Amino acid sequence: MSTVDFDAELVKAGATAHTRLARLRYLIWRNPLGAAGAAIMGLFVFAAVFANVLTSYDPLSTNAALSLAPPSSAHWLGTDPFGRDVYARIIYGARISLAVGIGATVLGSGFGIIFGLASGYLGGWVDLIVQRVMDILQALPLLVLALVMAAALGPSLQNTIIAISIPLIPYVARVIRSNTLALRELPFVEAAKAVGMSEARIAVRHILPNTLAPLIVLATAQLGSTILTEAALSFLGLGVPEPYPSWGRMLSQSAAEYVRTAPWLVVFPGIAISLAVFGTNLLGDALRDILDPRQRS
Amino acid sequence: MGAYLARRFSLMLLTLFGISIIIFLMLRVMPGNIVDILYDAAGYVNPREKAKIEAELGLDKPIVVQYATWIGGLAQGDLGYSYVSERPALEEIVPRIPITAKLAGLALCFSVLIGVPLGVISAVRQNSGMDYVLRVLSLSGLSMPSFWLGLLILMAFVAYFDVIPIYTAPPETWWGELLLLSVPAAAVGFRSSALMLRLTRSSMLEVLRQDYIRTARAKGASERSVNYHHALRNAILPVVTVIGIEAAFLMGGLIVTETVFNVPGVARYLVTALTQRDYPIVQNLVMFVATIVVLINFAVDMLYAVLDPRIKYSES
Repeated sequence: MSTVDFDAELVKAGATAHTRLARLRYLIWRNPLGAAGAAIMGLFVFAAVFANVLTSYDPLSTNAALSLAPPSSAHWLGTDPFGRDVYARIIYGARISLAVGIGATVLGSGFGIIFGLASGYLGGWVDLIVQRVMDILQALPLLVLALVMAAALGPSLQNTIIAISIPLIPYVARVIRSNTLALRELPFVEAAKAVGMSEARIAVRHILPNTLAPLIVLATAQLGSTILTEAALSFLGLGVPEPYPSWGRMLSQSAAEYVRTAPWLVVFPGIAISLAVFGTNLLGDALRDILDPRQRS
Repeated sequence: MGAYLARRFSLMLLTLFGISIIIFLMLRVMPGNIVDILYDAAGYVNPREKAKIEAELGLDKPIVVQYATWIGGLAQGDLGYSYVSERPALEEIVPRIPITAKLAGLALCFSVLIGVPLGVISAVRQNSGMDYVLRVLSLSGLSMPSFWLGLLILMAFVAYFDVIPIYTAPPETWWGELLLLSVPAAAVGFRSSALMLRLTRSSMLEVLRQDYIRTARAKGASERSVNYHHALRNAILPVVTVIGIEAAFLMGGLIVTETVFNVPGVARYLVTALTQRDYPIVQNLVMFVATIVVLINFAVDMLYAVLDPRIKYSES
């Protein structure tokens, strides 16, 4: 709810950090795990943006002669049954994972914000109906709802993003609603009303910015779970379709049958998924410690 | 309490009713029904024949009628017929439930037996090296997709024992079944144990800051007694309340893990039915899952009142 004044925090802690670099160094020193998470995420964003520089192989072109080649100096992480370079597919797969992860988180948070604000600020029957709908959405396990949505919409990149975003809505809506309920009673809202501001403008301009901190914490945590859900959906064949190089789908092709014959197909995409989610989780935990004053010890 | 129970119960029915509508609508807006898919595979569509099959399956009726037929049947224990096997849905679903129930039970045992003690250790030694290791371990446990963990376990079995512990035939003895199911249960349970560890840890830390803990220390109770007698008994309450979340979390893990280990349970059946557009199976299975989750949450609420005498559900 409250914003964090880093300068004040730093002075209080007796730090003499005046340059930007020194402040950054201080934050890293205070939150080594969070910094590690940010570094891991940075790595994946870098891989996604510069995929074409990081590998000269095409992640899509097949080559029957190279089918199931083990890791070598030419193909660092080996090749899949179609002779495609696994390293290239993992690097390009970062684009898909991040696109689905960020897309679903933004979409889910967007709808969550709208429902949460409307529910908390307007109250009354709007609140009642929105809360019941959120109850219904939350009664289903995340993966079950995403699975049914994905199957209903049909396999495509956009539909996967939509299917994963829907189960996130109630979590965001609840956080925004409870914050809005508290903020609504504060004097600055009354002041805004007194000067004749419209309800919608108060909600968007005055309430929403004050819910930013919990929203950032929640969104970071959800980024990890969207990446995992995408992997699970694609693994089950109901997520991102071919020819996109999705990490989850790479594992579904290589599932139990390659455990014996081509372990590199099983190990590397899994490491990519776990590492990316690990990074978001570390970052999310650190952000919660920094932004959520109640958790601070 | 009675009035609260009644209100809570009717709310539960309302939620289930809402879920049934949402699931039904979602399945009906799917592009292409089972008949289209069957004919797609055949390559040739005779419109008359197609219409005949659609009529047989009741797909030509208005959506409201289809919905009423389903719910009406559900109330009488008639779940309709599977489009794929053409057997009653009830006969398809019920035999698969015990397998998933056993797997889920085993996984829950794993997660509690590993997660709770480690969570306590992590909290009691907050900010120690041990705490750091456990926190990083639990976080990495939460970061690993459970199907990948399952595949890694399969790989380890292949490398060290040269067997693949996947479900090929129903085991003959209960001991064989236990062994066979405990491998996928460990894969699912490890992930939920990470969640359990984090919950136990934060709940323990909260309790250890309370005044009564200081009082216990002041009166000279041993560290052991303070941690286990005074703190853990209070810290375990919030952990119990998240069993509902845990169950939903477990369900997600079961879906992928049953697929990896080829376990013929309901969770894998849901995926199969979804890919085959077997509506009667999907809608009934989803309703089944939702009912379980909603019932568990209801039971947990009631259990909470029993376990914590400070909580009284008032009439208001």
